[in-house]
Amino acid sequence: MLYSVLIYDTESVIDALSEEEHKARLDRHLHFQDDPRDQQELGAVVKLMPTTTAVTLRGGPIEDTVLDGPFAETKEQLLGFYLIECPSLEAAVQQVKKLPLETGAVEIRPVAYFEGGNFKNGSPLVISDP
Amino acid sequence: MDPHWLSATLSAARPRVVAALFRYFRDLDEAEDCFQEASLRALRAWGERGVPDDGISWLIKVGRNIGLDRYRKQSRYVASEETEPVASDPETEYVAQLDAQDYRDDMLRLLFTCCHPTLPKPQQVALALKVIAGLRVEEIAKAFLVRVKTMEQRITRAKRALGQARISHDPPSSAERDERLKAVSTAIYLLFNEGYSAAAGEAHIRVSICEEAIRLARLLLRLFPTEAEIMGLLSLCLIQHSRHRARLDASGDIVLLEHQDRGHWDRGLIAEGSVLLEKALRKRQPGPFQIQAAIASVHAQARTAEQTDWAEIVRLYALLERVHPSPVVVLNRAVAVAKVDGPAAALSLLEPLEAKLSGYFHYHGVRGALLADLGRREEALAAFRLALTHGGTAAETTHIRQKIEELGANPVIPPPA
Repeated sequence: MLYSVLIYDTESVIDALSEEEHKARLDRHLHFQDDPRDQQELGAVVKLMPTTTAVTLRGGPIEDTVLDGPFAETKEQLLGFYLIECPSLEAAVQQVKKLPLETGAVEIRPVAYFEGGNFKNGSPLVISDP
Repeated sequence: MDPHWLSATLSAARPRVVAALFRYFRDLDEAEDCFQEASLRALRAWGERGVPDDGISWLIKVGRNIGLDRYRKQSRYVASEETEPVASDPETEYVAQLDAQDYRDDMLRLLFTCCHPTLPKPQQVALALKVIAGLRVEEIAKAFLVRVKTMEQRITRAKRALGQARISHDPPSSAERDERLKAVSTAIYLLFNEGYSAAAGEAHIRVSICEEAIRLARLLLRLFPTEAEIMGLLSLCLIQHSRHRARLDASGDIVLLEHQDRGHWDRGLIAEGSVLLEKALRKRQPGPFQIQAAIASVHAQARTAEQTDWAEIVRLYALLERVHPSPVVVLNRAVAVAKVDGPAAALSLLEPLEAKLSGYFHYHGVRGALLADLGRREEALAAFRLALTHGGTAAETTHIRQKIEELGANPVIPPPA
């Protein structure tokens, strides 16, 4: 089964972390990625920009509107997600326990349909900060 | 619970909680002290049981009760009904009743108080770092390269001045809200520039000031997510800050923009800044921060200094001049005009600025470079020498001395007779 691993936390708290703590957090993410990567069970690694960069389109009776900010104002925000292949929910839960979980929440949601897409900047499919 | 996370949670909560306590007590020291005490209690309680669902409300309630207790103790013998503070029932769930607008007004009041226009600029930035960002006085003193005692005095003086400034605690009108937003945005940019325009050798310390300014800009934008100018402010700070690793050479000296290794620019920051700018421009409410961010973005897009789209920069400076007339903006436009239309056109833009900018390092530096390009050697040398008498960072003065050498003259200024 392909699972999405949706990472939620409070942006302002993440923002208050020191550089060392950010690094420690990143190390745990890299550790999380190791096994799925080796076993070729890593579908996607996605880190989102802060919610302040988002706009939300809403349908309305007269015309669609483009609103600033994320879809919902919540205490915790979606910060990023993974797609990983796991043999069972239990295995997914065990795998996700490698992620930093001191605050926030990680939602594991099975994927109903997935298509890798058709992406002109293909191989290797990586967009990152230097 | 991990102490790092606890402390990050507390510093993230700080602006919100101090803002609410400031609303109750109308006194910065009291608000800060009660937040401090509430945080200590939180460390004990949350360390064992974890952070409650709404940690911010918890801190506000506890902080408020601490303040009320103190007040009761102090006024045991003189208490009368008139002097009893705000609400008599300490359990009132005030926090739950706050709607989003009150929350924004609370925060904006605190930000505006710290950046109050009657305070001198250095006091504004010091106070913002102390009260909102929660930096210790020692940290702020170190960042500004002054003695701890000096910084303590600066903050005390600022707080005393605020006591006399009489800041309204009523909900602001929309015009007042705009005015407050503008003052706060300006102060945040000022803080950013404090870090950005550091002199040589200090620059590495001052990166932290830029980061605090960016944090404050993020906070402000989260509060007012639809304000185009705040998007512009954050965008501008992010794009400027993207160069921070390229701005220092191996010996810690500042490298000018045209000589920077663009491979060291932080593409992640540039990407976020560009997205914010694009989002802001869609709203069609141009303002000085958006235009400056657009200029920074043009530089960021150029893979080499030679590929810079100077014609676009000329247009943007002309636009900036219209919304925010200033001789320094004209000076910057002249630099861009020189790249597009040549030194003579740029020089004619400078002439009317003489009276206003004759005490300004960059004015003489730019003028000297233009005169040198036109082959007017003696005038160029005179302008460069004038520049050297008007400050400039180490990198900038080195640059000017090189120019003087290129003209075959002695870069060491003769001491005044």
